[in-house]
Amino acid sequence: MNVLEVKNLRKSFEDNIVLNDLSLTVPDHTATVLIGASGSGKSTLLRCINLLDTIDDGSIYLDGKEISDPEINVDEVRKGLGMVFQSFNLFPHMSVLDNITLSPIRVHKVSKAQARDEAMTLLRRFDLADKADQYPDRLSGGQQQRVAIIRSIAVKPRLLLLDEVTSALDPVLVNEVLSIVRDLKADGMAMVLATHEMGFATQVADEVCFLKDGNIIERGPASQVISAPQEAETKDFLRRVHEAGRL
Amino acid sequence: MNNDSPARDDSGRALSWTPSQRELERQASRKAIGRKKALIATLSSVIVIGSLIRLIITSPGWQSVKDTFFDWSYGGEVLGAVAKGLVVNIRLTIIAAILIGIFAMILALLRTSRSAALTPFRLMATAYVDIFRGVPLLLVILLIGFGVPALRIEGLTNSVLILGTTAVVLTYSAYVAEVIRSGILSIHPSQRAAARSLGLSSSQTMRHVVLPQALKRVVPPLLNDLVALLKDTGLVSILGVTDAVRAAQIASSRTFNYTPYVTAAILFLLITIPLTRYTDRVLAKSIKRQNAQGAA
Repeated sequence: MNVLEVKNLRKSFEDNIVLNDLSLTVPDHTATVLIGASGSGKSTLLRCINLLDTIDDGSIYLDGKEISDPEINVDEVRKGLGMVFQSFNLFPHMSVLDNITLSPIRVHKVSKAQARDEAMTLLRRFDLADKADQYPDRLSGGQQQRVAIIRSIAVKPRLLLLDEVTSALDPVLVNEVLSIVRDLKADGMAMVLATHEMGFATQVADEVCFLKDGNIIERGPASQVISAPQEAETKDFLRRVHEAGRL
Repeated sequence: MNNDSPARDDSGRALSWTPSQRELERQASRKAIGRKKALIATLSSVIVIGSLIRLIITSPGWQSVKDTFFDWSYGGEVLGAVAKGLVVNIRLTIIAAILIGIFAMILALLRTSRSAALTPFRLMATAYVDIFRGVPLLLVILLIGFGVPALRIEGLTNSVLILGTTAVVLTYSAYVAEVIRSGILSIHPSQRAAARSLGLSSSQTMRHVVLPQALKRVVPPLLNDLVALLKDTGLVSILGVTDAVRAAQIASSRTFNYTPYVTAAILFLLITIPLTRYTDRVLAKSIKRQNAQGAA
C-alpha cells in the first residue's frame, strides 16, 4: 500500500519552473529522502504535498485518494499530514505543551486531559518533559525543532513531511533532532524528508531521490544513490557536498 | 544554565574578581566623561529655556496675557466645574474605547478575511475605513450631532452626549481597525503555514495563532490612540456637552478671562502625561522582547 503517490507534478512561480513532471511513490512505513542543491525543488514538493502551494499540473494521492482535487477539504487532508519546517515555526505565545496540544484539542477534538497526557508521554520519550511549561524562546534551536517534530506527530499523521529540519541548527544540535527522526522511522512512520545530511540520509532512507531542476535525476537505495551514484549530475552534487565537509 | 554555586563557572573558575588597575582607571574616566556631559546638558538647557522664558516675559503683551490666561485665583475658583466636566470626558473615553475595540476588531477581521461569502462585508468595511479615516472628526461630530436629530426618526436619541460619542466611536474605529489589521499582517506567513499544516482551519488559525500575537504587538500604538481619544472627546463640547472644554468655555465667557482654558489643559495633561509615559514604557518593553526573540 502506498501512502503517497505523486504523478507528473508541475509547479512554477511565474517564469521559474520549480517542479517539472515529477513523480514519486512512498510505500507505507518507509522513508523517502530528497537530496539536491538549494532551489532544486525539494521544499516546493513538500509544500505542494501539504497543499500549502497549489500545483500547476499532475496529481497527488494520499492513501489512494486524490488530494489535488480543488473540491477537497484541505483541513481534512492536513489532518493526515504532519509537516516540520526548517525554521521550526513554533507558536511563540504558547507554552511547549500548548503548542503540542493545540491541534489535537481544536482539530481532532481530543479531550484536554487526554491531549495533555499524550503530549507528556511524547515529551518524556524525547527527554523534553521538563520543558513542557516553557515558552519556545527559552529553548535551544535543537529543543525547539524537537518540540516542532513532536507537535507534528501528536496528531498521529499518516505521513510526516520534514523540510530540512536541521539546516538552521549547529552541528551539535543536529544530532539530537536526527535521533528523533530515527526513532520515528523505527516506529514505522512513513515520511518524506528533504535534507543536506548525507550520513543521516544513508541511515534512514528506504529510497533516496536526487532532485535537480525540478525533477528526480536518480533514485534508489542509499547504498546506490549516495554511495555509488550512476548519473554524472548526482556525482557532481555529492562531490560538492563532500568538499563542503557534509558527507 | 545557572550553576548551583554562584561563585564558579562550569569549568570551576571563580566568577568574582578584584578589578584590575586599568579597569579602575577606566571607571574613573567614564565617570569624568559623564560629569562633563551632565554639565553641558545643564548649561545648554538653562540657556535655551531661559531665553525662551525671557522672550515671553519681556514681550509687550505679557502683562495682559498673564492677567487673562494665568489668573491663578480665578483658576482655582473654576477648578471644580472644569474637573466635573473632565469626569464626562473620562467616562466618554471609557465607553467609547470599549465600543471602538469591538467595532474595530470586526472591521479588521472583515478586511483581512478571504472568505468568499464575506466579500460584500469586506468591501463595505474597506469603504467604511476609507471614508471615516478621511473626514475630520470635528465634521463627523457636527454631521451626526445635528444631522441625526434633524431626521426626526421616532425612538432615535437626541442626546448630544450619545450622538457625540457615536461620532467619536465611528471615526476612531476606522483608525483602530487599521492598527489591528497592520498587526495581523505583521505576523509572519510561516506562523499561518505551521498552523494550517497542523489542520487548523483559517478561522482557527486566526483565533488561536495570528490574533493573539498580533494584538500583543499593537498594544503600544493602541495606547497612543487611547491618549488621543481622551483629548478628542473634548471636541464633543461643540454639540453643547458639558465636558471639561465646555465648562471652561462657560466659565471664561462669563468673565472674559481665559484662565479656565489653561486649567482644563492642565487637567488633561495630568492624565495624558502619565498615560503617555506608560505607553512609552510598554513600547520599550515590547521592542526589547521582540529583539530578544529575533536573537533567539
